[in-house]
Amino acid sequence: MSVVTIERKVLQKNDELAAANRELFARNGLLVLNIVSSPGAGKTTLLEATIEALRDKVRIAVVEGDVQTDIDAQRVAQYGVPVVQIVTNGGCHLEASLVADAVGSLDLDQVDLLLIENVGNLVCPANFDLGEALKVVVLSTTEGADKPLKYPAMFRKAGVLIVNKVDLLPYVNVDIAAIKRHAHQINPRLVIFETAATSRFGVAEWCDWLMAKLTAGHA
Amino acid sequence: MHELTLAAGILEIVQHNVRPADAARVRAVRVRVGELAGVVPESLAFCFEAIVADTPYASAVLEVDRVPAEAACSECGCVTGPSGARCVCPACGAIGMRLRHGEELQVVDVELDDAMEKAS
Repeated sequence: MSVVTIERKVLQKNDELAAANRELFARNGLLVLNIVSSPGAGKTTLLEATIEALRDKVRIAVVEGDVQTDIDAQRVAQYGVPVVQIVTNGGCHLEASLVADAVGSLDLDQVDLLLIENVGNLVCPANFDLGEALKVVVLSTTEGADKPLKYPAMFRKAGVLIVNKVDLLPYVNVDIAAIKRHAHQINPRLVIFETAATSRFGVAEWCDWLMAKLTAGHA
Repeated sequence: MHELTLAAGILEIVQHNVRPADAARVRAVRVRVGELAGVVPESLAFCFEAIVADTPYASAVLEVDRVPAEAACSECGCVTGPSGARCVCPACGAIGMRLRHGEELQVVDVELDDAMEKAS
């Protein structure tokens, strides 16, 4: 028996493509967010609220990732920003190559902020770097306070946690302090916002933070 | 089911490192999978079996080396497996455990059958 030593990361190819994306985004002065959550946490509504708040201040484009349908892309397009839909046809996550193809149809010169909405899934997207500057994980209050502990990889790799649907707190048996405590136990550096995206509660704070980030990056 | 994507990635890496003429000699492909890599070893092995089935590498079996999680406390320096991946140090209570191991996902090596080389 002979052994061929390889020692190569399984996701090396994706990581290389993500690095190329990152370089492309940097060249065009783009801030890119990879927005992740379980299905139904409110990613699309948060996107709509964010676009609504920021579209007069910065040039925004969106990449929508979905397993099936372009329902989300249609929703976002109503806000008058360029949207590219990726349908993964069953695939449970976006990959760097899919994002590279998708942004090929955007005029990146005319964009300051690129929002990538990943497929709803708290597991797989954690493994696939897309070339983003920041992962934003959205967790709705109805999902329970244990989720950061149950899906630690996603919370470890994210820079921002948005706890959404805080307007439902009176109706659900969940302790928001516990959500935050568990999230910080997994990742002490997480910046946390509380929102109720449908009523736009808390969206201004999140958008102010995002604007500060954009200004810092473009200084 | 991102294990299927990962299995395809593993096969691609093997194809890059083993000459096509040696494909049928590949007995085992060894991968290192960290406890916190978000990958189910059995599922990965199953997907790998499915993905090599119709290729010259069909005889290859995926062997998974599981790597336990290990974290070090940035305050007191103690080293431990993180309980539930939390960053809280079990010794001093500081929040600041840094992962050293547990997120690995690598192809380590490939085992080739020498007998088949002599036969061919």
